[in-house]
Amino acid sequence: MNTHVDISKDIPADLSRRSFLVGSAAAGLALGYSGVPGLLGTDAALAATAHFDPSVWYSIAPDGLVTVTCGKADMGQHIASTMAQIISEELGSNWKDMRVQLASNDPKFNDPVLGAQITGGSWSTMMNYEAMSRAGAAGRIALTEAAAASMGVPAGELVVRDSVISHPKSKKSMTFADIVKSGKATKAFTPDELKAIKLKTPDQYTMIGVSVPQLDIPSKTNGTAKYGIDVMLPGMVYGKVVTPPVRFGATVKSVDDSAAKKVPGFIKAVTLDDKTGTTTGWVVAVADTYANARRAADALKIDYDGGPNAKLSSESLLTEARRLQGLDDSGLFFVKDGDTAAAFGTAAKVMEAEYTTNINIHAPMEPMNATAQLQGDIWHLYSGNQFATRSGAIAAGAAGVDPKFVVMHQMWLGGGFGRRLDADMMVPAVQAAKAVGKPVKVIYSRENDMTMDFSRPLTLQKVKAGLDGDGKLIALNHDVVSAWPTKRWGIPDFLTPSVDKKGGLDGFTVNGADFFYTVPNHNVRAILNEMAHNATPSGQLRSVAPGWTFWAVESMVDELAHAVGKDPAQYRIEMLDGKGANAGGAQRLRNTLLAAMGMSGYGTKQLPKGEGMGVACVSSQERATASWTACVAHVAVDASGDVKVKKLTVATDVGTQVHPDNIRAQVEGAALWGLSLALYERATLKDGGIEQTNFDSYTPLRMSQVPEVAISVIANGEKATGVGEPAVTVIAPALANAIFNACGARVRSLPITAEAVKGAMKA
Amino acid sequence: MPTLNINGRNMSVEAANDTPLLWVIREQLQMTGTKFGCGAGLCGACTVHINGEAVRSCQTSLSDAAGKKITTIEGLSAKGDHPLQKAWIAEQVPQCGYCQSGQIMQAASLLARNSNPTKEEVVEHMDGNLCRCMTYSRIQKAIMRAASEMRTAATATDRRAT
Repeated sequence: MNTHVDISKDIPADLSRRSFLVGSAAAGLALGYSGVPGLLGTDAALAATAHFDPSVWYSIAPDGLVTVTCGKADMGQHIASTMAQIISEELGSNWKDMRVQLASNDPKFNDPVLGAQITGGSWSTMMNYEAMSRAGAAGRIALTEAAAASMGVPAGELVVRDSVISHPKSKKSMTFADIVKSGKATKAFTPDELKAIKLKTPDQYTMIGVSVPQLDIPSKTNGTAKYGIDVMLPGMVYGKVVTPPVRFGATVKSVDDSAAKKVPGFIKAVTLDDKTGTTTGWVVAVADTYANARRAADALKIDYDGGPNAKLSSESLLTEARRLQGLDDSGLFFVKDGDTAAAFGTAAKVMEAEYTTNINIHAPMEPMNATAQLQGDIWHLYSGNQFATRSGAIAAGAAGVDPKFVVMHQMWLGGGFGRRLDADMMVPAVQAAKAVGKPVKVIYSRENDMTMDFSRPLTLQKVKAGLDGDGKLIALNHDVVSAWPTKRWGIPDFLTPSVDKKGGLDGFTVNGADFFYTVPNHNVRAILNEMAHNATPSGQLRSVAPGWTFWAVESMVDELAHAVGKDPAQYRIEMLDGKGANAGGAQRLRNTLLAAMGMSGYGTKQLPKGEGMGVACVSSQERATASWTACVAHVAVDASGDVKVKKLTVATDVGTQVHPDNIRAQVEGAALWGLSLALYERATLKDGGIEQTNFDSYTPLRMSQVPEVAISVIANGEKATGVGEPAVTVIAPALANAIFNACGARVRSLPITAEAVKGAMKA
Repeated sequence: MPTLNINGRNMSVEAANDTPLLWVIREQLQMTGTKFGCGAGLCGACTVHINGEAVRSCQTSLSDAAGKKITTIEGLSAKGDHPLQKAWIAEQVPQCGYCQSGQIMQAASLLARNSNPTKEEVVEHMDGNLCRCMTYSRIQKAIMRAASEMRTAATATDRRAT
């Protein structure tokens, strides 16, 4: 279980900084931010402008437009719009008056809970809900008091609605615009005063829970939304990266640019000197246009030393994972409850199974890119990214400057999915710009993007289960072997101390394994596959660890149920008894499972031969931040092992719905991601390189492969939880369990292939 | 110096004949609604119309496009109010939005010749356009909504004509 941490104090000194001098001064003003009278206790900045900025998070202009600054990366989850919606609820503004803009890396825009600018974990809504609510309420109070003074009536008699403050008794009213223009809204709030504001109760909500039109959508239907790749700067030239055949560890021995020099517009070939350790063996071909940069890149003759990983393959990583799992002293304990060894000694039945997942590639539709410009002492980086705090530091490392001299200009993200938590694209952009003395936009080809992905790691999990004479699960050993994506960040607080305090482990490789089933004796070991860690630097891919831990847990639980002759759904419900630390969560998960079962008709229908339904239920993403999610998958399997997904029924308990339609969009997208990862996406390592280079060999779900998806959202008044990822994790095990019920084939490796299904049928 | 007829205007551009149309549109003409996705005709993000047909601009050379009528997302309608664009908003289709220019342009070429497509025809026509956010079902719904609106508008026009 992870606790949420303020990472800002623990980022290594060379990659971060305590003060964003630039961010809070030059860049802030350049971007149009004024001061924060409420939070900083000064109204000097307010006096200088006609705007009213009740909080760092938004500003109200004299025309009444409310512009919200979103500190989270917006990669299609419409989080900017969601932040505006939460603010608008308490502010009392008309939705038509709301606008959004994206924050720079100024630390004043840091996540109020995480203490950094990072977007992931399906955390944004839950962690910003209170701060945005209080910001909105502070604005309403300040505007109301100003209106009361102007009207000469008691503030308590005023009603705020749709950007208008009215006094029903006297029929007087003022718009937000009137009040801001009057310059009288100057109330400042100390942090304590902010904390003391009484927020609305859910029964008073008029905005939260309403599917308002997403503010970013119109710009995404007419070509005007600006992504990183769309940035145009005066005098800008283009860079195309040339990446080595080995994913990581190669070095450039020599570059022959004689043929490239014949390409019109060619400027320079820049070999990266990346002291941040993010890239190895990269060269950038710089030219006047991207087409010419590509031509020049193709014409470069580069001689590489492949380095220590040049002979490795997926098979070698898997063999190493099996070796490590077999060692008694491998890894660190994430869970250690009871005494599994003793319990296995008394068990009536012991079962073991190995589950694996292959490498997966993020492949957002917008290939990685960044535009770098040096102006005076300041590096400006334009790029859509999910981790501005760290990306700015990587850019600084690439430039050889203190991070306070880097300003990150956030753009709309053409897909994130965790890929843009990494900052590799900053390095070629900065170093190319430095080398040619001009702004440079670096755009990866799809081939660069796929072969240099910070991929979902290859994983191996060994699960050993002990059952008592009644078929009850009494002992579980669960080993998870993988690269450790979060360890790469070098931020100690993002690691989880092992339960026996023997060291820090990457909780983002084992989250989910600490499930809500009651199992009295339970061990989970997180084991670092150092070989994979070095050869395939991994990243966080939509749903992260629960994308593989629940694959193992929810497959194994099904296997156990079948082994003892119980209905797999009923078997789960019995283990979700809500005892001890599982109280509350287990019952919510049980209810969610029952909802999915009910919606799908599980157990009520006689299915034709070759068809089956399978269930799974998960507490993704983390125990502390779970959205309770269950799936019933309905499949048909033919004799060749080919799987046709007939329907996915997904139920999810999200506590509170801010935007019902968006939740459904996210859950559907997540479920289809789960399907895509389960059946269609597979990357492989060979000779140290990723073999798949484009969408012909790496093949995410297309429209013709979309099954019927039914979604039920449970909002029971608990706190809002995240929806971008959890539904990814429930699909693969539900499918595998459905396949077993359809044809008796148990598959234990992702992605599931027809060949594997057919092979398992024969066995 | 080749001249491109793009969104009803003639524009001179300067680039080698084999330059992909995509990059000419994006860099020289600074019309960035057309997106780069794969560079290999596999994803559809760069879809534009040439003489009314949906084509992948990353696979179309400048010389092949010269002299023909090119339409990009910026030129699909005067005010972003093509029935498909309105339907995309009504159905709240885009998530990240990056592929959606290509999706809309691909769909527009279908509706231009068949304003009453079946679901199967829609899927067949759209299957070359990837959406990594997986907004496929909303794309389908929006196409059906736009088709319906176009049929209604056509009926109204017919009525006026008679």
